[in-house]
Amino acid sequence: MVTLLLFLVPLIGGLVSFGLKDDRTARGWALLVATIGVALAVWGINLPAVDAGRNFHAGWMGSLGSSFSLNLDGLSGILTLLTTIAYPVILVATWNSTYKKSNSFFGLMLLAQAGIIGVFLATDALLFYFFWELALIPVYFLCSQWGGERRIAVTFKFFIYTFTASVLMLIGILYLYFQTPDKSFSLQSFYNLNLSTREQSHVFWLMFLAFAVKMPIFPFHTWQPDTYEQSPTAATMVLSGIMVKMGVYGVIRWVMPVVPAAAYSWGDVVMSLSVIGIIYASIIAIQQNDLKRLIAYSSIAHIGFMSAALFAESTSGAQGVMMQMFNHGVNIIGLWIVVELIERQMGTRKLSELGGLAQKAPALAILLVIVAFANISLPLTNAFVGEFLMFNGIFNSTVTQYNHVFAVLAGLSIILGAVYTLNMVSKVFFGNTNQLTARATDILFNERVALSIVVGIIIVFGVYPQPLLNLTAGFVDSLLKEASVAQLIGK
Amino acid sequence: MNALIFSALSGVAMMFSGILLHNKAAIRNLAIVLLLAVIVANIAELRGVSFFNINTAGLMAFDSFALLFSTIAAGATLVFFLLSGSDMEKVGSNFSDYFALIFFILCGVIISAAFQSLLMLFLGIEIMSIPLYILAGSDKRNLKSNEASLKYFLMGSFSTGIMLMGIALCYGAAGSFNLTSVAFDTAKIPVLLIAGMMLLLFGMSFKVSAAPFHFWTPDVYDGSPTVFTSFMATVVKAGGFIAFMRLFAESFNTIQGEWKLLVAIITAATLFVGNITAVFQQSVKRMLAYSSIAQAGFMMLAIYAINSDAKEGLLLYAAAYSLATIGIFAVLIRMQDYTFDGFNGFARQQPVVAAALVIFILSLAGIPLTAGFLSKFMMLRAAIANGSVWLVIFAVLMAAVSVYYYFRLIQAMYFKERTSGNALVFNASPAFTYTLVAVAAITIILGLFPSLLTYWLYF
Repeated sequence: MVTLLLFLVPLIGGLVSFGLKDDRTARGWALLVATIGVALAVWGINLPAVDAGRNFHAGWMGSLGSSFSLNLDGLSGILTLLTTIAYPVILVATWNSTYKKSNSFFGLMLLAQAGIIGVFLATDALLFYFFWELALIPVYFLCSQWGGERRIAVTFKFFIYTFTASVLMLIGILYLYFQTPDKSFSLQSFYNLNLSTREQSHVFWLMFLAFAVKMPIFPFHTWQPDTYEQSPTAATMVLSGIMVKMGVYGVIRWVMPVVPAAAYSWGDVVMSLSVIGIIYASIIAIQQNDLKRLIAYSSIAHIGFMSAALFAESTSGAQGVMMQMFNHGVNIIGLWIVVELIERQMGTRKLSELGGLAQKAPALAILLVIVAFANISLPLTNAFVGEFLMFNGIFNSTVTQYNHVFAVLAGLSIILGAVYTLNMVSKVFFGNTNQLTARATDILFNERVALSIVVGIIIVFGVYPQPLLNLTAGFVDSLLKEASVAQLIGK
Repeated sequence: MNALIFSALSGVAMMFSGILLHNKAAIRNLAIVLLLAVIVANIAELRGVSFFNINTAGLMAFDSFALLFSTIAAGATLVFFLLSGSDMEKVGSNFSDYFALIFFILCGVIISAAFQSLLMLFLGIEIMSIPLYILAGSDKRNLKSNEASLKYFLMGSFSTGIMLMGIALCYGAAGSFNLTSVAFDTAKIPVLLIAGMMLLLFGMSFKVSAAPFHFWTPDVYDGSPTVFTSFMATVVKAGGFIAFMRLFAESFNTIQGEWKLLVAIITAATLFVGNITAVFQQSVKRMLAYSSIAQAGFMMLAIYAINSDAKEGLLLYAAAYSLATIGIFAVLIRMQDYTFDGFNGFARQQPVVAAALVIFILSLAGIPLTAGFLSKFMMLRAAIANGSVWLVIFAVLMAAVSVYYYFRLIQAMYFKERTSGNALVFNASPAFTYTLVAVAAITIILGLFPSLLTYWLYF
């Protein structure tokens, strides 16, 4: 029941929001709905591991072999938790932004949440595809209507990219569907399939492409910096904090266990692409003068690390990815909050035009430095645990013979990450104030609340990561059992 | 049979209504009432109640497939009457005759959906086409309308000639107009039959504007009065496809090997030409003309696959495509400026109409939650079941291209401001808006619960 509510509350909340007239009512309503979401997610993940409440099943399009099935396990749990926590933080952080027709804005935000949560919960491939698109359409409207100057062209590129990749995924899904003995779209039937390596390879690329574009992995990333730059900040936070995890999630749920042999045999290729992406994106991030683009490229590097660790197919690597999905989401939202603040106050995002903010906004400086440390995954921040596990996973990977090379190259991301992040901190906050920054004031109450939540999560999970590990441990075991090479040889 | 006789009588009644009734609203309402009667009669027959006991064995078979499609076609015509009926009177003075012609077209659609004998196929297609030649030229003082009519007539008669020749050759091979009843030795298929089949394939491709037989479509659709383009591009085209489907599923099913590859090539070419050319259009009306070719490419997948999925899917496709296209055309007719820029700032002035249009566009583009997605999905499913993954991959890549030109309309309506001097003039009566919203709602409901429609097929 709680799984259904997790999806229904934002859906209905979003539809209601379109009918609200007043700006303040719409904001308040959105925040209320988002907060209910947090409560539901916390309730859901605390249910016993085998509880009827974690499942929901209803007949739907039975003639097509599809059904409306949702399930909340460890993986969906951690991502649902991320989504529901992120939403109130995003809404509070952008409380001061004004939008034309704000009822539609918040309505679309909530509809996107419904779609995203649906993606994380669906255990039926056709339903999954529905939600995948349901999450995309509201974001398309959000970015095109409330974004920056070049928003229309940029968002369109983003849309065409993801749509093209996702229809290819649909073919992959259909192909798998026809291989199932009982002609069903259910995840379990897909797991039970026993395809030849050749078939697996075809399906792998059809489906992986959709997720690679979403993550994004080099060379499918070209839509991402532009879109992040041009979207309204709230939408950028949703895109980078939550929606990129849909890509990683898709690989974990729908690719690796379904076509394990192909995931194994193409693992080196994907890991190479990921590692190229890490280094490439980090180097570009160092060159960036625009804060938003810098963070966008930093995100590509982080996601590349996750995808490399994923295809290492080791327990610690998979554990690290789960944790890092949550932590990266929280951290990047923290970074966007800071960018939004700076842009609103100074009217610029150019590093070259900023400087000396620490003197004017000490509270902001302290909070930013903590978020920045998390971004380079220093010990005692949440990201450290995840990145360490991922690093360990790649290093000890048994599925690739280049594990040491990959580990060293991926490890560069931490060093390069330190370069661009600290460079950013020093250029923005230290040094002399100039005409622009001399007028700066410290942060407002709502921003302080939002950033404090982010920093709180960073420190708590940095010192005590056990709850996150516990949440996903059971799932990681079953995943690797499903996808492991030993299993393959057995098959 | 019910619907056929009812709509023929309705056509005659509408012809005389012009003499008796002088109020345009009365004529329109009469047409709507008569059409409702046609739909009711048709649904009654679908439930097994036949008003007329006429033996049509060997000529026409009113099975659930034919009846369900007749219902869809009549339903789409009803939507067309409700949304655009009042716009017909602006075309010319013979208001009641237009309705009469549309009823006759409906007769043709019903005959060609139910044909058993090639003779009936020919009659159905002709009854469908001849009134259309008149409607295409109904804007008598407009040179483009005249050109469209003449072009359509010449091209149409040419393709009819080819079809007739094909029928003659098939008759020569089988000795009967009813090919389903003739068993051929699949090891030795008569050459005459194959030649006839090819000619029929070309003729039908002409009628449904599949590439490379599509060249008449953009000019005719663009030149005809917009309100009739709407009807031509939807109900008539769907009717052509149903006949096409029936012909190949029943008459030429046994010689699949002879035409599979050819149909695959036609499908791919249609998808390619329609989608790529639509990208470059500046006028929404012309874009819709090419989009209708592109959508025909998707419907060709059903002809290619020929299985129960394809039958079901084609019916759903006909409904989804007709509803969405009629809806967009109904709005387009009332616009002053047919270019994409003419729609700039539309959402600000008409939020409800714009929202309905978005749903139609999403449906045509095949985005989930709409009927358009499921119908495309069924086509893909049918084709993959047939084992042709490459054709399907090509089709979805073309569907991704289609997003480009469909979404330009959304961008114009929602994200672009009006810059040019002339203000947007759009008059929508509440009744028009409500009908449009209802049609949009049907599009979504069919997208979530397709079995509401397809279940009738297995009645």
